[in-house]
Amino acid sequence: MSRVVQAGFVLAVLALWYLATEYWGVSGLLLPKPAAVLRELTDVIRTGEFVADLRITLGELAAAFVLSATGGTALGYLVSRSQYWTRTLEPLISAAYAIPIILFLPLYVLFFGLGPASKIALGATISFFPVALSTVAGFGGVERMYTVAARSMGCSGYQLFRWVLLPAALPVILTGLRMGFTVALLSILGAETLSSVSGLGHRIVSLGENMAMARMFAYIVFAVAIAASLNAIVSWLEARGRRA
Amino acid sequence: MNWRSAPRSPWIARLVLIGALFGAWEIAARWFVDKMFLSPPSRVFVSLGEVLRTPGVLDALKQTFWELGAAFALSVALGLALGLAVGLRPFPRRSLMPIVLLLYGLPQITILPLFILYFGIGPASKIAFGVSHGVFPVIVTTVAGVQNLKPILVLSARAMGANRMQMLRWVVFPHMIPSFFSGLRLAMSGVLLGVLLAELYVSQSGIGHFTTLFTQSLEPTKLLGLIALLAAMAIFLNEVVRRAETRFDRFKTV
Repeated sequence: MSRVVQAGFVLAVLALWYLATEYWGVSGLLLPKPAAVLRELTDVIRTGEFVADLRITLGELAAAFVLSATGGTALGYLVSRSQYWTRTLEPLISAAYAIPIILFLPLYVLFFGLGPASKIALGATISFFPVALSTVAGFGGVERMYTVAARSMGCSGYQLFRWVLLPAALPVILTGLRMGFTVALLSILGAETLSSVSGLGHRIVSLGENMAMARMFAYIVFAVAIAASLNAIVSWLEARGRRA
Repeated sequence: MNWRSAPRSPWIARLVLIGALFGAWEIAARWFVDKMFLSPPSRVFVSLGEVLRTPGVLDALKQTFWELGAAFALSVALGLALGLAVGLRPFPRRSLMPIVLLLYGLPQITILPLFILYFGIGPASKIAFGVSHGVFPVIVTTVAGVQNLKPILVLSARAMGANRMQMLRWVVFPHMIPSFFSGLRLAMSGVLLGVLLAELYVSQSGIGHFTTLFTQSLEPTKLLGLIALLAAMAIFLNEVVRRAETRFDRFKTV
C-alpha cells in the first residue's frame, strides 16, 4: 500500500508537469515540456556531449577526496593518539566544521583561479572536517581494555595498529569518509555553479543563461542521477567495509 | 616529546594555536605572498570599518541576516507542520517518509539557477533556496521525535481521557523536544548554506556583488573583511541554536 502512494506521488508530479506545460499555458522559458526534456536528455547521452564536463567534475571530486581522505585520516590519527591533543583540538575542528566554508569560495577563486584547482581546494577543505572528526572519534573510542590486553600480550606498535586499533575504528572512519565524499561532491557542484569555466555545474548555469531550458533540465536530471548513483556506490562500499 | 612543557589547560593551548595560525598568516602575508592576493589579518581587522562604509555593504549584510532569519523561521514552521503530518500516524510515515528522504538526498545546488529564475534575484529566491536546505532536517527530526513515542505513554494518556489537543500538548511535544532542537541546529546549518550559496551566486546585487567586485578589483583586504563578517554572523547564529539545543537537552527524561 505504501508503494502505491509513492508511485502515485511520482505519477502526480509528472502529470502536473505535463498538464501545466501542455494545457495550462506555463511558459516553456520557465518550465520546459517533459517530452522536450526527455528528447534533450537522450541527445546529451547519445552524442556523448556530457563526457568532457563529467570528466572534469569527477576528476575534481577524485582529487579533492584523495586530499581530504589522506589528510583527514592522518591528522585525525595523530590527534587521537594523545588525550591532551584530542581535548585541545577536537573542539576547534568541530567549531570550524560549523562555519559554512562555501563562504571562502571567492578567496579560493582569487588564489587558485576559475579552473579546477579552486574546486579541488574547496572540496578538499569542506570534506576534510567530517573525515578528521570521525577519525578522531573512531580511534579515540577504542576500548582501553583492548589496547592494554594487546600490549600485555607483547604486540608491537604496528601489530597494535593493524589488529586492534584499525578494526575497532574502521566503521566510524568509513562513515566519516562517506560523509566527506558526499559533501565534497555537493561543494564541487556548488563551486562549479557559482564561479567556474567548466564542469557539470557550470554547464547547467550556462545553459540557463542562454535560456536553453529543456537542455538545462536534461543536464539537471543527468547531474542528479550521477550524484545519486555515486552516493549509492559509496554507501554500498561503506556497508561492505563494515562487514570486512 | 615532552608534553609537560605544553600548557595544562586545553583552553590556553587552543588560544596559543589560534594565535600561532594568525601569526603565520600575518608573516606570510606581510613578507612572502603577493599583496594582490592576500593581506595580513591585522590590516583586514583595521580596514573592517572601511569595508562597512563601502556604499551598500552594510545593507547587503543586513539583508542577508534577515534572509537567514526568514528562511530559518519558514523552515521550522513548514518542517514542523509537515513532520507532524507525516510522522504522527504509521501509514503516512511508511509511505511518505521515503519520498522525503529521497528529496533530502538530492543535490539541490543543481537547481539553484531555477530558484533565481522563478523567484528573481531579490530576497525571495535566497529565502526559498535557504528553506529548500533547511526544511528537510526539521521534517526528519520531527518524524524521528514522534516516532520514538513510547506506546505506553500514548495508551495511558488516552485511557485518562486526553483529547487530540491535550495529547499533542502534554505527550507528543514534550517528548520530541530534544530531537526537535537537534533538528533546529541542522536546519540552521542548512539555511546558512542555502542562503549563502544563493547570495554568492547572484552577482548583480547583495553579498555576491561585493565578493565579485573585490575579487575582480584584487582587493583581498576588503574581501577577507567581508568574508570574516559573514563568518562571524554564521558562527553567532550557529552558537545560538547550539546553546538552545544543550539547554533543552535536559528534557530527555521520559
